[in-house]
Formats: sequence, C-alpha cells, structure tokens
Amino acid sequence: MERRRVVITGVGVVSALGLDKEQYFQGLMDGRIGVERIRSFEVSGFPSQVGAEILDFNFKKFVPKAYRKAGKLMSRDIELAIAAADLALRDAALKTKGTCPDQQPNIDPTRCGVNIGAASICCDLVELAAAVEHGLEEGKFSYEKWGREGMEWLTPLWLLKYLPNMLGCHVSIIHDLQGPSNSITCAEVSGLLSIGEAYWTIARGKADLMVAGGGESKINAMNLVRHSLLGRISTRYNDQPQEACRPFDEAADGVVLGEGAGIVVLEDLEHARRREAPVYAEIKGFGVSSNLSANFITPEADGKGITFAIQKALAQAQLSPEHIQLLIPHGEAVAKNDRAEAKAICNAFGGHAQDLAMLATKSRIGNCGAGAGALDLATAAIALQKNKIPPNLNCPNPPPDYGLNMFHKKDQEIEIENAISCCYTYGGQTAAMAVSKFDN
Amino acid sequence: MGRRRIVITGMGAVTPLGHNVEELWRRVLAGESGVSATTTFEARTFPSRFSAEVRDFSHEAELPDGVNHIHEQTARHVGFMLSAALQAWRQAQLPIPLPEQGCGNSNGYVPAADQMGIYLGAGEGPVDFENFIMALTEGWQSESKDIDWRKWAKTAFAGMDAIRELEQEPNMSLSHLAQLFELRGPHFSCLTACAASTQAIGEATELIRDGQAQIMLAGGAHSMIHPLGVTGFNRLTALSVRNEDPPGASRPFDRDRDGFVLAEGAGTVILEELACARRRGVKILGEVVGYGSTADAFRVTDQHEDGRGGIAAVRLALQDAHMGVNDIDYINAHGTGTIENDSIETKVIKAVFGQRAYQIPISSVKSMLGHLIAAAGVVEFITCILAIRDQIIPPTINLQTPDAECDLDYVPNEARKAKVKTAMSNSFGFGGQNNTVILRKFEE
Repeated sequence: MERRRVVITGVGVVSALGLDKEQYFQGLMDGRIGVERIRSFEVSGFPSQVGAEILDFNFKKFVPKAYRKAGKLMSRDIELAIAAADLALRDAALKTKGTCPDQQPNIDPTRCGVNIGAASICCDLVELAAAVEHGLEEGKFSYEKWGREGMEWLTPLWLLKYLPNMLGCHVSIIHDLQGPSNSITCAEVSGLLSIGEAYWTIARGKADLMVAGGGESKINAMNLVRHSLLGRISTRYNDQPQEACRPFDEAADGVVLGEGAGIVVLEDLEHARRREAPVYAEIKGFGVSSNLSANFITPEADGKGITFAIQKALAQAQLSPEHIQLLIPHGEAVAKNDRAEAKAICNAFGGHAQDLAMLATKSRIGNCGAGAGALDLATAAIALQKNKIPPNLNCPNPPPDYGLNMFHKKDQEIEIENAISCCYTYGGQTAAMAVSKFDN
Repeated sequence: MGRRRIVITGMGAVTPLGHNVEELWRRVLAGESGVSATTTFEARTFPSRFSAEVRDFSHEAELPDGVNHIHEQTARHVGFMLSAALQAWRQAQLPIPLPEQGCGNSNGYVPAADQMGIYLGAGEGPVDFENFIMALTEGWQSESKDIDWRKWAKTAFAGMDAIRELEQEPNMSLSHLAQLFELRGPHFSCLTACAASTQAIGEATELIRDGQAQIMLAGGAHSMIHPLGVTGFNRLTALSVRNEDPPGASRPFDRDRDGFVLAEGAGTVILEELACARRRGVKILGEVVGYGSTADAFRVTDQHEDGRGGIAAVRLALQDAHMGVNDIDYINAHGTGTIENDSIETKVIKAVFGQRAYQIPISSVKSMLGHLIAAAGVVEFITCILAIRDQIIPPTINLQTPDAECDLDYVPNEARKAKVKTAMSNSFGFGGQNNTVILRKFEE
C-alpha cells in the first residue's frame, strides 16, 4: 500500500530553557542548563532538591481571550501542552480557531487531528488537603464525613484537571481540530509514541495534519517521592544543581525532574506543499518495542528493546546505521540504565556508534516525563533545519566501555542528514524515530 | 493490492458479571445486573453508594506456575488484566514463554516476538489512599492553609512504597503483559477516558494492516471504584444516585435515567492478520473491518449538542469498512445512562442511518455491567463478537419508561434472537474523543 510522506512543519517547545523553540535551541547551543534548586515549594525535606523548573509561565498568553476562563479546569501539565501546541501551530503558519480567532482557518478541521501523550497527572496536593480538612474527625480521615460533606469543598469540575486525555482535548477545542484524537499514557515514552502514531495516521491517509507530542510537569512532591522511592533520583548534587544531571557520565547520579512540553505539527507532504509551508524535516521511520526485565524499573542489561526500536525505525526509513549523524538518546542519567542504553545503541549501530554525535538533553531540561521524547524529537527537527548540533554537557568521563562519542563540540562541522531520537521508560516501552533533512 | 484482513482469535474478560467470557455472556443474555452496594471502601455517605464491582476474584491462582513474582502483587485492575489476557492468549493457542508450557497449536508456527505487540486502553491504579491521606493530613497547616512540605515528606516516605506507587502508572497493565508474554512488537497504552479500549482495538487493527505486527493483544482494564474516583465523578454529578435501587440505577435510554454507574474490570481480544491465523490453524471468531476516531472539539464538559464528533466517527468507520447504512445489523451503544449521552447518541445514529435507524436493534450492556470506563469498549466489543456467534442480541435492561428523545429500538429488557452478520460498537469519551469499530462474521 502506498504510504504518504510526512513532514514536520511546526515546532513548539516549552521548557526550563525558554518558552519558545528559538530560546530553547539557543540555550542548548550556548551551553545553558535549566536545572536549579526547586523554588515552587519547600524541598528541604526531600533527598533530591533540584529540578528544571519553568519560571514565569503564564498560559493565558497562549490561548484566545475567550478561552482564558477555562484555566480553572487545567492542571499545569495541560497548560504546558496548550502553550506548546499554540507555538507549534503558529510556527507552522496555520490559521486555526485558536491562532486566528477572527479569520477563516486555512485547514479543514475534520482532516486535522491531535495526539498528545500525557502522564498520570498528579493532583494539586494543597487544593486537595484544604478539602480533606473538612473530612477529618479528631484529626483522622473519616470516609463518612468526607462522603457527607468534605468532598463538597472540592470544585465540582476537579476531576477534569487530572484526566490525561485533557491535554489533547483542550488543544482540539481551542484550535477546532476534529480529526483522529488519541491520548497515549506510557510514562516517559508517551510523547514520542504520540508523534510516531500521528506520523502513521497521516502516512496511511487517515488525516492530513496532526498536532502531536507530549507534556508533563514532574516538579511536584509526589514525583519527588516516587522517584526517590524507586532509587533513581539524583541526591548528591543538591549544592551544584547545574551539574546534577549527568547522562552517560561515570558520575551519573540519577534522574533530575523537569517540566515541559514538546509539540510538533506533522503534515502530509502534499498538504504542506499546497500551502507552501516551511519544512523542518521529514519523518522517515518509527519503531516501537519493549524492554523485558526482571523488574519494571531497570531495563534489561543489553537494552534489547531499545535496539529493536532503533532497528525498526531504520528499516522503515530504509536507512542503514552509517547514514545517521546525530543521536538523541533517552539518557536518563541513572548509571544502570545508561549502560543498558549505551549497549543497545552499540548493538544497533555497530562500529558506527563511535561516530554518532550524541546529544542528551536531560542534563539541560531535566526529565520532562511524558514530554521528554517529544522534546527530543523537536530538538532533532530544529538541529536538522539549522544544521547545528548543540554541545553535550555534564559528561566529562563516560565509561570507555559505553563505546559512545559524547564529546562533540559546539559548532562542530557536521553535515546532518539524518537523526534518530530514542526513548524508553520504566515499565519497559521503547520507541525510536528517524528524521531526515527534507529533500524534495 | 487489497489490504490485510484482521481477524479475532481470542477473547478474555473479568467483569462484575463473571470472571470469564462465557459466564459474562450467559448473565448478560439473562439480563442480570452487576450493580450493588459498594464494598471496596466505606461509601455509605457518598452521594453514590453503589457500583458494579468484580467480586471474589484473585488473579494469582490463574498465573502460570513459575511466573515472575512481580505479577503477584499488582494494582487491582492489573490483576483483572492479567487474567483477561491469559484467557485470550490461551484461546488463541499462543504459547506462554515458560519452559513447561509448550506451543498450543498443532503446526507450531508462532510469529517472531517483534511481530507480536500490545495495545491497551488502560487506566491508572488507585492511589495508596491510606498513606496518601496520612501525608496530607500530617502536612496540612490549618492556619496558613498550606502544606508543610517537611512534615508531608516525612510522612510520605514513612508510609509510601516504591512498588505500590509504580503500580499506579497507567502503563503498568501493558508492562505486566509484555513481561508475561515476552513480546517485542509495538507496545502502546492510551487513556482516552471512556473510549480508550475501543481506540486500542482500532489502532491495533491499523498496526496489523500497516504490517507493523502480525498479532496484537488489544483491550483495556480499569477500576475507578475508589474514594477519589467516586469523589471526582460525584462532584461532576455524572453518577446515578439511585441509592434505593442499585440494580435499577443504570438505565440507558430510559426517561428516568440519572447518570452512569461506575464499574470495574478488564477485557482483551487477540487480533491477528488473517494469513497468520490460517497458518496457525486457530479458530477465527470474527473480523474487524472498520475503525473511526474523531474529536468533538467542542467543550471538555459537554458533548457537542448535535453529536458532531460521534457522527463523524461512525461515518469514518463505515467508510473504512467499505460499508453503507444497510450493512449494519446491530449497534452496541455507548449508552451510559446519562441524560446527555443517550439523547445525543440517539441523534448520532439517526443522523448517520436516517430512516434505517429505526430498524437497527441497539443495546447498551452498561445497563447490566455499569461503566468500566477505559475497559468498557473492549468488553462491549466482546459482546458483539458473541452476538454474531450466537445470533442473539443482548438487552438494555431497566428500560421501563420511554424517553421522547430516545425513540429507537433499544432491545428493551430481554435478549432477542436476530440475524447479526455485522455489528458496530460506539465509545464516546469524556472530553470529546469518539471511537467506533465495526466487526463482522468471518467469511472466507
């Protein structure tokens, strides 16, 4: 069956390195790191106290006036995704109900869909605790009192802030996108899975344009506790936040939590041509698989599920390992996991692994969970368009047996033709996407 | 070149009306209700005090001998999922990769592990309520109306447990199944609210058609029958509050309906490329022929008043199946029992099918099972497979008083013998995501 070609025509990035893709990419180029001591709540009681927070974020700048009141139905994850989607659609020069409320849209809403990956969204604990206070009897939670009167202290639409499909639903409403709609919830691989599925949706002809990606804020108390309990969070760099996240370094200390969203506009090539849209890159292949391991926290030692995903992406793209110049790994900065991913990359690329320029973004913007894979793919798209590879930081001493080249420098002379972004998550799911410089 | 045909070769279910498919089917045809007083937590004073629970169930006994202990202690809905998946896997005669479990079918062909994948519409696990609430109450500062995070953290770290937290992640149903069956094909889990597992079936079908896999396990699992789940839906006033009559509370299309009834469970189907199923020599239970996915793009709180997105999803599914309105013999409705859904769904069916809408039997098994949220679609899909197999349509129970806005044939109260070759199943998710799938009796 004939597959349609799919191109990236818009990129929206909201991260600790800036609230648009130019600021973000310039930040990467300039060697900036978005990790600081967490400010949004008091973290002195937690073993990990650093994170990549987005400061001064106001989602109202990213929605039409008429939609601002819907803000009371939004958790931060939803706000971040809405902002990144708005940026991506504007970047793609699309007129939608959201970007140009007073004009005729330049798309057919029924042929345009949304696929935005999300996390299991943590509720606002202060808001809930304020209500729970009314369900206490002598200091203890009483189901009876909660059921009778306590729950009334929660706003009636409370649940809607935390349903993971609401990232996509709000975006479809704001921009009037009525086509295929999905909300993938596979933890840290959600964002890349969403872009991959959206790519396939267009390739098979079920939509002409998809708004795809993911978003999450992991800067909250529940995530700090969870990742601490799982033994995968950085604790030794609380006094040197900028150095805390060290993917593939021998001193890798664990995950640093972040927040952010990456959204791309994917388009059928013919559709993009008709409206003379600027093209960042072409998506050539996508692979999905799973790691298998004795537990759900550590990938298998050779990261075989990651190798499968990369090999499938290459096969679909009809590219061989030697064709790839840039690799954006998941690079979690958990030593065991980095080792497994390095092994997986070496197994997929063979002798060419040493020649790949590696760019691990989590040292800069932390682990943005459901947004992470989408942010990495957006990074690859911008790098291809600008033909620039930002420097990789916080990895002065990669263990030699990793067999990877972590040392390319700023403005290194590399012609980037093809890049791979790969991603995995606790639980096991893996994904990889091959993107190429657009060539008519 | 024609596109690949996708057939169904296995099914499994754990529901309030039975822990396997045949028991579920027998009780659904008998018009039983699975709804009664909630027992999983103390709900006596909640606005809704009843639900459709899975009772007397333990998945551990069903796990194969020697299985990794990580499958023993799981979130409630993951346990349902493991059981439902094992039922489907065994029916499809697929091997469970443990040394002593041989390959089921006679000629021994099994696709490579990277040709077998999983697509779920699975829910999140319930929070570790006791420890979660303990941290909130210990940390809460009544005077400043804020949380003392040092106190909160101290309590949280003392009570919370790594695995209990991890098991709440919505990808964990998927993760357990991948480990159990050792699969390397495409793995996805989505959570498009009440439409999730219908979406999973549709997307899994597309993946096999595209050649990304030969076999996909598709389905869903969910349980929101926990204090915060019920609180959330009660605050939205989405749930029935007919506390004096729980079995009569889920009344889709009835004039006196007052909301849906929360249920829990899991369902799975094995979808397979026809050539693969033939080669393996397994029994074929039906064929998936159409899928449509759309968004209302209207409001997060309400469905579009004319059913715009629902109409589009049904039309796309028909188009995908190369079918017209005369080809559909039965519609398994989303039919939640809320005022809004049932009247809008009726409008959707009329808008697409015109006069023919009045001749198509339509039923909502939610009248008996309640609403399994993410798992609802797949369990309803399974009842469609069985309706085609046995040529009988499950009823909509509790349909006593007709509603002027709902004037179609909802197969009230009693199952009905009928000629069913093709069935359609609708799922409309909260937030406006709509999914429709069409399945057909398998013919060469």
